[in-house]
Amino acid sequence: MVTRSSNGRPWTFYALAAFFTLFVLFLYGPMSAIFILSFQGPNGGLTFPMNGVSLHWFGALFAQQRSGDFVGSFSRSITLAILVLVMTVVISIMAGLAFRYRFACATAVFYMAIASLIMPGLLLGLGVGLMFQFAGIRPAWFSSALGAQLTWTLPFGLLIMFAVFSRFNRVYEEAARDLGARQWQTLWHVVLPILLPGIIGVALFGFTLSYDEFPRTVIPIGSRNTLPLEIWAMTTDVTSPALYALGTLTTAVSFVVIAAALTSIALIQRRRARRQRGHPDARRGGAEALPRTAGVRVGADAGDA
Amino acid sequence: MRAPQAASSRFTSAPYVLVAPLALVLVVFFGIPLVLVVVVSFFDLDKFDIIPTFVLTNYSELLSSPLTYTLYAKTLKYALIVWAITLVIGFTVSYFLVFHVRSILWQMGLFLLCTVPFWTSNVIRMISWIPLLGRHGLLNQSLIALGLADHPLEFLLFSDFSVVIAYVHLFSLFMIVPIFNSMARIERTVIEAAVDGGASRFRVITDIVIPLSKTGIALGSIFVIALVMGDFFVVKVMSGGQSASVVAAMSNEIAILQYPPAAANAVCLLTIVTLMVAVIMRVVDVRRELSG
Repeated sequence: MVTRSSNGRPWTFYALAAFFTLFVLFLYGPMSAIFILSFQGPNGGLTFPMNGVSLHWFGALFAQQRSGDFVGSFSRSITLAILVLVMTVVISIMAGLAFRYRFACATAVFYMAIASLIMPGLLLGLGVGLMFQFAGIRPAWFSSALGAQLTWTLPFGLLIMFAVFSRFNRVYEEAARDLGARQWQTLWHVVLPILLPGIIGVALFGFTLSYDEFPRTVIPIGSRNTLPLEIWAMTTDVTSPALYALGTLTTAVSFVVIAAALTSIALIQRRRARRQRGHPDARRGGAEALPRTAGVRVGADAGDA
Repeated sequence: MRAPQAASSRFTSAPYVLVAPLALVLVVFFGIPLVLVVVVSFFDLDKFDIIPTFVLTNYSELLSSPLTYTLYAKTLKYALIVWAITLVIGFTVSYFLVFHVRSILWQMGLFLLCTVPFWTSNVIRMISWIPLLGRHGLLNQSLIALGLADHPLEFLLFSDFSVVIAYVHLFSLFMIVPIFNSMARIERTVIEAAVDGGASRFRVITDIVIPLSKTGIALGSIFVIALVMGDFFVVKVMSGGQSASVVAAMSNEIAILQYPPAAANAVCLLTIVTLMVAVIMRVVDVRRELSG
């Protein structure tokens, strides 16, 4: 817009680009400090300078003595995150489909999801903890904590499904129906494949938000910790770079999951773009819906949260 | 499943079946717990046992303690400062991405760069400031090495400063994403018309971009305010125990099983947050933005 001349950019571009760069440094700078410090030598401390380079503190994590139950909490966190992922994906898709109809109490469900999203996490955990206490059920990571985490991931899933469906072109569905597909066939063979990139986005949110969840989980977790709670306990009583090593490991897991999700979305988009080019006919009818449905703008989809 | 054609236009149970799991989870793990918190706020407390009666002592004690007002003022102060900073960051970053980055691929790439930290651990991102801001941290070391300070600056860590830095670091994303979304939907032709009509860059921002991205701004504001008001771990760690917030105080009560007073505090906090959200929603129709 402002940059209408084809030669050169206005000074504001450079000012804003500088601001953006500073912001990205602000986002990633501190994290990279932790990654570097986790490779401290055995005699290194919590701050720079580096006192040698070693994997000592990663080893200390598995040595059990001071770091608590790292292996156990890690495997619980992964299992819980996968449970939350599956439930978030299934429930969000169903809800997304439901909201394409008009139905009584749609507004109520919608506002409840939003309220659940902005509810302070610790208070929600308190409520869930009280509920289990009154019901006489022992809280555990696979029951009370799982439920508490779903109140956080499902609203995100729902909002992403809204964004995805708002770009979905119903023509494909109608075409499938005209060709005699049953309702579930249309869903399974037409709707879901088209929405796949958005669904991967929902899965990414389900996994990572659960894997790192802390405020909602802290009260209803029961007796066995997840990894973020283990880290939280460490922030108060561990004063060695083992804490940073744990931070590096858990962030590495997150990065692997994020990379896998984003790469698969990008691959799907690429394949679609290629097929589109191959079929000139497809371009007329579907150019609007197919390539933009979810993938290219999955960031924005996620963003509707 | 395959209903006769006529029936599909009239009542159908499909949406109710489809929305049932979501509604069930929300009712069981959000609705009922919320009601229980309200109920327990009227219960009495005998040492560590909850006594189911109806008393107002939790509220009267809460509202008669001067500490309560200090805590709420402190929490509101954090919320307003962080809101202002994240608003400036969110607007500037989105504006840059939407209107200055020409290639859609670059735009999405840079946008993702801003969102990736959201999918990593908040606790780790928070403590990563400690080796930077501490007394012997990187920042102090550099300042002294450069001769800009002759002794370590103490205010950098375990202070309001570090609390605000951590909040901005953790939550600015919640401002960027909604604002980016509404800005990306602004029709370029509107702006071109304004520029052709002689509008300055500044007028384009104040008269077109800001009004058209106000739903995003409102949504981001709701998130940031609710997150800061509901936080307890950032203020605990980053203030080094020297500052507190409403929920941090509440978590201390919960730790010693003082559920009824904590619940009363929770009800007050929720009322205030709800009022703030309601004010924002009155000004801007957020629902239309959310449901696409």
